[in-house]
Amino acid sequence: MASSESKSSLIMPGEATSTCWSCGTMRAVHFCGACGKVQPPVPVDYFTFFGLPRKLNIDVAKLEREFHQLSRKLHPDLYARAEAQEQEWSLQQSSQLNDAYRTLKDPIRRTQYLLRLEGVELEEQSKSATDEARQSGQLKKQVVPPDLLEEVFELNMQLEELGANKKLGEDDPNLTQELQQKKAEFEHKFDGLFEELKAYWNEWDKAIDSGTEEERVNVRDKMVDLLNRRNYIRNLVRDVNEALGT
Amino acid sequence: MSTERIVGIDLGTTNSLVAHMQGDTPVVIPGEDGVNLVPSVVALDEHDRVIVGNAARKYLIETPERAVYSIKRLMGRGVEDIHEELKLFPFRLADDIQRGEVIRIRLGNKVFTPPEISAMILRQLKRNAERFFAAPVTKAVITVPAYFNDAQRQATKDAGRIAGLEVLRLVNEPTAASLAYGLDKKQNGTVAVYDLGGGTFDISILKLHDGIFEVIATNGDTHLGGDDIDNLLITTALDDIQGDMNIDVRRNAEVVQAIRKAIIDAKIRLSSETKATIDVELPGGKHYQRELTRELFEQLAQPIIDRTVGPCKQALKDAGLKPEQIDEVVLVGGSTRIPKVRALVQELFGRVPHTDLNPDEVVALGAAVQANILAGGSQATENMLLLDVTPLSLGIEVAGGVTDKIILRNSTIPASATQHYTTQVDGQANVAIHVLQGERELAKDCRSLARFDLKGVPPMPAGLPRIEVRFLIDANGILHVTAREQRSGKEAEISVQPSYGLTDEQVEGMILDSFDYAEEDFRQRQLIEARNEADTILAAMEKARQNEAWQRLTSDERKQIDKLEKALRAEKSGEDYQAIRKAIDVLNQATTRLAELMMDTAVATALKGKSMENTGVEEGPEAPHPVAKADFE
Repeated sequence: MASSESKSSLIMPGEATSTCWSCGTMRAVHFCGACGKVQPPVPVDYFTFFGLPRKLNIDVAKLEREFHQLSRKLHPDLYARAEAQEQEWSLQQSSQLNDAYRTLKDPIRRTQYLLRLEGVELEEQSKSATDEARQSGQLKKQVVPPDLLEEVFELNMQLEELGANKKLGEDDPNLTQELQQKKAEFEHKFDGLFEELKAYWNEWDKAIDSGTEEERVNVRDKMVDLLNRRNYIRNLVRDVNEALGT
Repeated sequence: MSTERIVGIDLGTTNSLVAHMQGDTPVVIPGEDGVNLVPSVVALDEHDRVIVGNAARKYLIETPERAVYSIKRLMGRGVEDIHEELKLFPFRLADDIQRGEVIRIRLGNKVFTPPEISAMILRQLKRNAERFFAAPVTKAVITVPAYFNDAQRQATKDAGRIAGLEVLRLVNEPTAASLAYGLDKKQNGTVAVYDLGGGTFDISILKLHDGIFEVIATNGDTHLGGDDIDNLLITTALDDIQGDMNIDVRRNAEVVQAIRKAIIDAKIRLSSETKATIDVELPGGKHYQRELTRELFEQLAQPIIDRTVGPCKQALKDAGLKPEQIDEVVLVGGSTRIPKVRALVQELFGRVPHTDLNPDEVVALGAAVQANILAGGSQATENMLLLDVTPLSLGIEVAGGVTDKIILRNSTIPASATQHYTTQVDGQANVAIHVLQGERELAKDCRSLARFDLKGVPPMPAGLPRIEVRFLIDANGILHVTAREQRSGKEAEISVQPSYGLTDEQVEGMILDSFDYAEEDFRQRQLIEARNEADTILAAMEKARQNEAWQRLTSDERKQIDKLEKALRAEKSGEDYQAIRKAIDVLNQATTRLAELMMDTAVATALKGKSMENTGVEEGPEAPHPVAKADFE
């Protein structure tokens, strides 16, 4: 689901847009830098919430410190004796804070979120495909990554064979071993993809700083591709585990 | 710094406590009998008066149809959830309860919902606190098991409201315990809290860092605790009695309760001894006698204790941690006194658990710390902050009976999610949403939280409205839903049908019922105390008049004192405790000189070596002045 925020309502980090309702000082994004009073929440994306550029390499330790610091200022527990309006704002702000932190601290979630901000949807997350699949009662059809076609075909054959054996009450240890080996290979591929992703992060971050629109789109599409493949392999491994009963 | 008295309450399955922050230390507030633990037992006496705590326990054995225990196990639950319970509880349910409705149980001739019964316990704790402070108490932090779902939490909040308490925060029990622990130790690190109480089990893994208590993962079983061990032993005893003595006492509520009491006593003893005897009188005069060894007890209890392993492993997995990465394990709850439980915890986490803190009190103490943080804190708590999580995934039922998870378990709260809906039919004005909690794929395997009906969607062709629904789980772990049709900007009106819960109207009604009662309560007590004070003063006046010092007053002075004494007597027979107090003060002032004169007499007499018998003054010049202001709390 694409983000519904329009770019014009974004507040850039460090930019104050109006005066604090309580003491008149120029307003920061979450709370007034001068008097500390919580401010009404503004619909910003998670990167902006933390005052971060839209880059994929993030110092997670620093993010955690920031998260703790902001929690100390925004958490509803600190507004137990405040006016109802402030309590409401603190509730909204801290839920935004928690949602943002949760998304940005996990590398895959962070990537998926950024891609969504860029207007792209991953296959697995496509809501319309999900709805369609549910209506028809079938499994969502995921496109097989082209370079895996042969392996997937072979794997599916083996899984079918395993299923048939089970029905007959037979057990082929060779088959089981082969499947486990294939599973291990796929798991290895899965881990490797994460390393590849991190390389793309660097490309992306560079493109943000000094690249062209074209370069950005290029990296973006490569990441979409990678995540789709990664999801596909994850589902494969899950299917094998299920079939093997592991 | 606020002087507002916000108390912390542990509303437990077996025992309840109230505590507050005294300076930098949390302290439990005892009851009138000086005892810290208030058994979570409620009974109606012959006159339908509510009895709570220790005094109610005898009713359990004598008139079990007028008493109830472990009401926490029924909170936020439906009839279909508790049929196991019903086998051994003497509870009688109202006849006409439907699926998805709040439970109603009968005490004597009256019917109550679980929140109302919990409110009776809370009211007792409130009274204890008010007596202690000699001031009203209207705000509290109440603890709940971390694994409590939305309905169970809401029921607890409702109970607070009915008892006349504004519940500022619901705190998860393991988190509260960690607060008490953290306050005590002031160390950073990763802590696991293993909380096995009377009816619920929680395992929480937290990171303590410079005063921030961040829950990383939590898991548990809200249907697992000491009660289950008791029930197993009771069943064994009943089978025994049937087998050995050929008597079936299952239907005999009094005997079952007597067996229960004996079993619990034995169980507790077996934590420190290796043998315990059970001796229960049966109808007909016979006795059921059995020696229970620790070995046999452990054998019987093992399957129940083992049920705590799964949640522990899952919590570690969710936290992404191995047991050796846990720095400290803290034990909470009476059932953790069982040696077998401690052994299991040690095996699971590979370290000796921390047992310094009193497992019965630590949760209440932690609640008091949280109350203190909310009240503005003292120096000890000014840097402390709790970051808790929601224990169960929140989902929406979608086509095909599947659950679409929108907020995942172990998400830090407050947490939110936004969903968009549209209409299927032209002009459709309502949209129905079924919200669930749980980890399963199918809606029928999850816990129904509530059905929301969004009303007032502006008439539009089908598929055109864009209804944005925002789900927010607040810091109490309770869900709030708001909705807006985006094209028209209109806020949708939401009517909520809670599952197993009370509607706002129902709670309001119960509050009104109990409101006067609560105010009455406090006023009654103040009245009694004021009258007692008045009596003391008046008695002293009697004696003072016989003292020779009385004669040394001027006639005017004596007239004035007479007048004020008469006024006090008049007020005393009235109902206004503040007026009584005022009359006491005024009389005290008027008798200052008399007091001084009586002192002189006493001193003079002492110097002369005369006996003090007829002076009406106690021996010695240091004796308390009879009309001096007495030292009241």
